Amino acid sequence: MTTKTISKKAFKEFVNAIIAAEKVIGVQAKGERFDFAELTSADDLRLDYDVTLQAPKKYFLPPCETLMTFEVGGGYQSHIADEPFVLLGVHPYDVVAIAQMDELFSQNNADVHYLKRRANATIVAVDVVTASKNVFASSMKTATTRTGFDILLTDIGNAYVMEIATEKGRKLAAQATATVASADDLAKRESIWKANEKGLNKHPLEVNPEYLGKLLDKAYDHPVWEEKAATCFSCGSCNLVCPTCYCFNVQDDVNWDLKTGQRGRAWDGCLLDGFAKVAGGHDFRKKRADRFRHRLYRKAKYVPAKIDGQIACVGCGRCVGACLPDIANPVSVYNRLVDDLGIG
Amino acid sequence: MCECCSVEKDIYLPQTATVQEARILNATEIFVRFGMDDGNFDYVPGQFVEVSIAGIGEAPLTIASSPTFTGGIDMVVRRIGNVTNAIHKLRPGDKIGIRGPLGNGMYPVAEARGRNVVFICGGIGLVPQRSFINYVLDNRDDYGDVAILLGTKDPSQRFLTEELEAWARRKDVIFIETVDKGDASWKGKVGVVTTLISEIKDTLAGAVVSVCGPPIMYKFVLMSLAEYNIPADDIYLNLERKMKCGVGKCGHCQINNVYVCVDGPVFKYSDLATLPEAI
Repeated sequence: MTTKTISKKAFKEFVNAIIAAEKVIGVQAKGERFDFAELTSADDLRLDYDVTLQAPKKYFLPPCETLMTFEVGGGYQSHIADEPFVLLGVHPYDVVAIAQMDELFSQNNADVHYLKRRANATIVAVDVVTASKNVFASSMKTATTRTGFDILLTDIGNAYVMEIATEKGRKLAAQATATVASADDLAKRESIWKANEKGLNKHPLEVNPEYLGKLLDKAYDHPVWEEKAATCFSCGSCNLVCPTCYCFNVQDDVNWDLKTGQRGRAWDGCLLDGFAKVAGGHDFRKKRADRFRHRLYRKAKYVPAKIDGQIACVGCGRCVGACLPDIANPVSVYNRLVDDLGIG
Repeated sequence: MCECCSVEKDIYLPQTATVQEARILNATEIFVRFGMDDGNFDYVPGQFVEVSIAGIGEAPLTIASSPTFTGGIDMVVRRIGNVTNAIHKLRPGDKIGIRGPLGNGMYPVAEARGRNVVFICGGIGLVPQRSFINYVLDNRDDYGDVAILLGTKDPSQRFLTEELEAWARRKDVIFIETVDKGDASWKGKVGVVTTLISEIKDTLAGAVVSVCGPPIMYKFVLMSLAEYNIPADDIYLNLERKMKCGVGKCGHCQINNVYVCVDGPVFKYSDLATLPEAI
């Protein structure tokens, strides 16, 4: 691992050099907000963004993708996307989310489709410059991260501190004109980290996130699920924007020749009506309150059991903004449970 | 992370199989026997497969035959959704796709050895049980007394009737059948499956009990079994859920923290009793 400092001017040249060489996905303005999209010029890159509309997970688990092709009456052939790319400008909370997905898609039955895309990606993370209006990453301890990226950038005013963490990062950074980071630059970065670890906290969680699993152990029949879900549209927006939601549907699509086709997968959402409905009509999670509860149990209890206790909510706050009836905010539910049930 | 590049196997990719036999059993059920084109297929009773009909999709179906039978792999399929309706159109020689065997929760073929075994089946719940039943019957000397209870809605929905008659004729098997609602042709018992449980009191003593049927059936069966003090550790339930991936990723089959596809589909009741979403 090496830590360098690169001036903003040199950084721009560096980004343009990468764009010339390979596919770069970077954060750009989209109307008054921001999103990841293919980058064609360093001028469009906005590393001062607050939060992106969509999480970067879509580059590893696309909203729709082809898993295989088939011939009716014949066999099936894997379709595996294989294109290297650079993902530029990932905030630490999203880096943490990607690391969680890496584990979930690697463990037990490894998913070659996800892992191939992941192996093809070089992740350039960036520390948060502007806090979004709903971020609570400080509460979830994901406001900064020391792992999960190939390169980490920290904006220190006229320059970026550039931490090169992996071999992939080193290869990419070889194109950059940078100097060894000075003690002064590192001190500036340290103070930014300290500020973010406290300051990205628009919805403070009243409890240490490690305790959430235990809290939920006594909350299964709490009235909050019914109360909140009473206005739920079952629209799945919370699932759609979540960087750690990864449920999917699998569907066949036959071509116009009626002989060939493809099997694809598409994002699904556990809040959607019919998510657990089987052929014949029996719905195993029919009530909105049950689906609403399931999502928050997955985030703080079920998924953590698979990933070493990490909470599968990284505090990005996207669901808070996406939810029309304003019920999705996990912090308001968890805090309510803390108030009612205590943490003892 | 980079060891991921070495992942070669695609967990979603079906292998081709060929239909050997396809026989309509009644208005809603078809019997299909198939063989894997590459010949390889080792499974344990209770495991399931994802069956692909190209262009239509995949459906999770529990294997209905026992691995002791080497002449093919059986399934009995009710036409109820897109894929199962397509399965009803299969004819010998047709190609299907198979992923599996899937599921780590299997019938306790080894643990039940030397003990009495009781099968309680509701309607199409007979199908997954047939794998375990045939396994036990093919290794009859390894097990104690065997009782099979079957409840069907009405006589027109019965299927595999020749096999049922063969079980009924056997001296080393207690087979008792009932229908919820009889008709003019039906000379047998009428009533729900739980009414049969008191008839096998002796076999239930120290037995392993295996249950499969519609969701509504489980609670009543468990209540009846409680009267005979069957430990929750000795009761096995085979559950159905919506499934897409079959390998613990897609999230559809989750019962609280448990995945039916990887942790089941066969569960000990003692492992399910604490899960509110189980039934």
